[in-house]
Amino acid sequence: MSGRVLVGVKRVIDYAVKIRVKPDHSGVVTDGVKHSMNPFCEIAVEEAVKLKEKKLIKEVVAVSCGPQQVQETIRTALAMGADRGIHVEVSGKDYDNMGPLQVSKIMAALAKKEEAQLVILGKQAIDDDCNQTGQMTAALLDWPQGTFASEVTLEGDKVKVVREIDGGLETIKINTPAVVTADLRLNTPRYATLPNIMKAKKKKIANVKPADLGVDMASRVEVLRVDEPPQRQAGMKVETVEDLVGKLKEAGRI
Amino acid sequence: TNESALCRMQTCIRALKTVPADHAAPQLYTVVHRRTCSSVTTPRITTHYTIHPRDKDPRWEGVEMERFADEADVVIVGGGPAGLSAAIRLKQLANEQEKELRVCLVEKASQIGAHTLSGACLEPSALIELFPDWKERGAPLHTPVTEDVFSILTEKYRIPVPMLPGLPMNNHGNYIVRLGNFVRWLGEQAEELGVELYPGYAAAEVLFHEDGSVKGIATNDVGIAKDGSPKDVFERGMELHAKVTMFGEGCHGHLAKQLYKQFNLRENCEPQTYAIGLKEVWTIDEKKWRPGRVEHSVGWPLNRNTYGGSFLYHLNEGEPLVALGFVVGLDYTNPYLSPFREFQRWKHHPFVAPTLEGGNRIAYGARALNEGGIQSIPKLTFPGGMLIGCSPGFMNVPKIKGTHTAMKSGMLAAESAFAKITDENLNSETTGLHVPEYAENLKKSWIWKELHAVRNIRPSFHNYFGLYGGMVYTGIFYWVLRGKEPWTLKHCGLDSAQLKPAKDCTPIEYPKPDGKISFDLLSSVALSGTNHEGDQPAHLTLKDDSVPVARNLAIYDGPEQRFCPAGVYEYVPLETGEGMRLQINAQNCVHCKTCDIKDPSQNINWVVPEGSGGPAYNGM
Repeated sequence: MSGRVLVGVKRVIDYAVKIRVKPDHSGVVTDGVKHSMNPFCEIAVEEAVKLKEKKLIKEVVAVSCGPQQVQETIRTALAMGADRGIHVEVSGKDYDNMGPLQVSKIMAALAKKEEAQLVILGKQAIDDDCNQTGQMTAALLDWPQGTFASEVTLEGDKVKVVREIDGGLETIKINTPAVVTADLRLNTPRYATLPNIMKAKKKKIANVKPADLGVDMASRVEVLRVDEPPQRQAGMKVETVEDLVGKLKEAGRI
Repeated sequence: TNESALCRMQTCIRALKTVPADHAAPQLYTVVHRRTCSSVTTPRITTHYTIHPRDKDPRWEGVEMERFADEADVVIVGGGPAGLSAAIRLKQLANEQEKELRVCLVEKASQIGAHTLSGACLEPSALIELFPDWKERGAPLHTPVTEDVFSILTEKYRIPVPMLPGLPMNNHGNYIVRLGNFVRWLGEQAEELGVELYPGYAAAEVLFHEDGSVKGIATNDVGIAKDGSPKDVFERGMELHAKVTMFGEGCHGHLAKQLYKQFNLRENCEPQTYAIGLKEVWTIDEKKWRPGRVEHSVGWPLNRNTYGGSFLYHLNEGEPLVALGFVVGLDYTNPYLSPFREFQRWKHHPFVAPTLEGGNRIAYGARALNEGGIQSIPKLTFPGGMLIGCSPGFMNVPKIKGTHTAMKSGMLAAESAFAKITDENLNSETTGLHVPEYAENLKKSWIWKELHAVRNIRPSFHNYFGLYGGMVYTGIFYWVLRGKEPWTLKHCGLDSAQLKPAKDCTPIEYPKPDGKISFDLLSSVALSGTNHEGDQPAHLTLKDDSVPVARNLAIYDGPEQRFCPAGVYEYVPLETGEGMRLQINAQNCVHCKTCDIKDPSQNINWVVPEGSGGPAYNGM
């Protein structure tokens, strides 16, 4: 086995920032807004680095797709312990329309090219909440998938994954190579400290274009309009059950 | 620990009670008794290691405390206009003279510009000196000032004041800018020139050589839990050593506060006096939009003895945007005053509200600013370091501009430091270089001339007629005589000492926010995008946990719950029912520094939280 793990990291608007819809309703304002690494991607990077520290794998490669700015996100992954980075250059209209389908095609192509043993992704991104990229990547590669992982253990050429599901916890054993997506309780990501950020400047980030990987970035989805959620209407207090029934009848609810 | 303290206190009291009355020290008994009462019910608030040192804390035994260290030629603390101008100037000189110079800049915000907040009307004088080709480089100065309006407001009406040329507030030739965007642009220029920028890392500690000179700084530790114990992810900060360290932390910097004490830098100047500035950015109805228009007002809703006023600037950057805000001098005397609520009610004035009707608020923030002028400038240099920008404080108060002087001070610091560092024949007495030439050059520069001319305007407000006396003084002595009068007026001392006890003042009836023009505090704080890692010790540290209830609440009715623009301080009833306790919501903090300035007990010590925490301003 190559002992190489591919980790996908996404640059998203920071979770504490108040989102604003663009005046033309084509999307949200991103210019100058604070961005950071998707929290689930941080967990994915941490898991990969932990595996390397336990000497179960040899190399961690951080991948991000997007314009020039995603290099900061890759540098953060390098500062957390990834060995090298791959920046897949996507900008302009292609970037605005980029979704899980395009990213999973890119990840699949890179996983084959890098002969990855494991692909670890965050379970979903906090900006689109799609929760699709990991699953699509596995399908394109025809690899097994261990999603919503709260525990990952390498056992020879198999991986034991404890998954967080609606009913509780499910433990599965899958063959490698495989795709794993990280859930919240998998680990607590370490800080990217300053000495590591400085060291990360010396680590390599390769630049690739989607065309080099044979990936077609055309989107099958067209965003027609983006709107804020409707304003919450004020409620009404009633004194008695009769009042409540009366008001519900008035509103045509019963 | 509270219980054992109580036991010890009770033993003391019992012991005193058995002593014959004429030998007992009644004052001691009362003091001990009073302390018992307050310490029994004071829950522990402060857990930060600056108040509870870790070398005496058993939870820290065996934890690796060594720090990684690196060397640079110059380390700059703070990525604002002063710090970045200094960094840029250093690299310009190094490149011109083909010398190697490692310049590292640390900034506590997650990205350059995220903690920057200002009106702002930029006077481009310093920018032109730094980058004569600023236009070609794309500096975001998009809005030249076209209209300049000054008013005195009464509750319902407006008295226009003519903006005669020569008056300090006249803005001809200046630009309305979004300072955060300007600072971000400066950061890009700095990186291109080879400055190492490290946003997201706060300078938490000043380091000293054995000879007492400044050696550099250490960045913040990470991974300390809220109760002060180490977490699994604990890691020490990093040490950055330099020949010269420049401190550009902005108004009331926390490291500068330590340096003042360490090197006695304030022995020959007046205490700094401050104001708090609150700001919002709104998109407005296009019909109301007048790009380039600058409006300032004084008067309502403040009374004539409370210094302050408003600003409203129409930006010209594509969409109809206005930047507006309110400034309140922190030497106000009424503890019931809430600068935030004064700001919110000012927006309802008939001269202001129409501009905002139909508009949308998109940003909010606040920051303290300097008002002391030349009288409050401390000693600027010490072995190993120097103070630049709003930290020592070069703001021209009547002009309400400090950016151009901050930038110029950074440039002067850079030029003086560069000359010293590259001087091959230098024989320095201390390992950290002392650069007194910076202070000498600053005194010969236009900063000093400008600040000297306006030195008496702010203090002239301290008279019976307050605002009106000040305006008369300005009219006569500044407009006519250009500040050439031979005397220099004094300020009235520390801002924190100005509050009158609550019983001597009347509570102010503020109107409820209407949710369209005026808003409540918490929704405003949410708009600042501020956030901190929750599981860390509160960075608003108290020297004595019992003082807030015993003194601030008892005498001044808890002014911190009113002057904090982010709702950090709340007095809540104790779970046991009897009495109140102070709750510190450190996560809300927007790093304005007002609490450290205005606390009447000077018990609050603001220290820097984990880097990247704080507001996420965008083009403020």
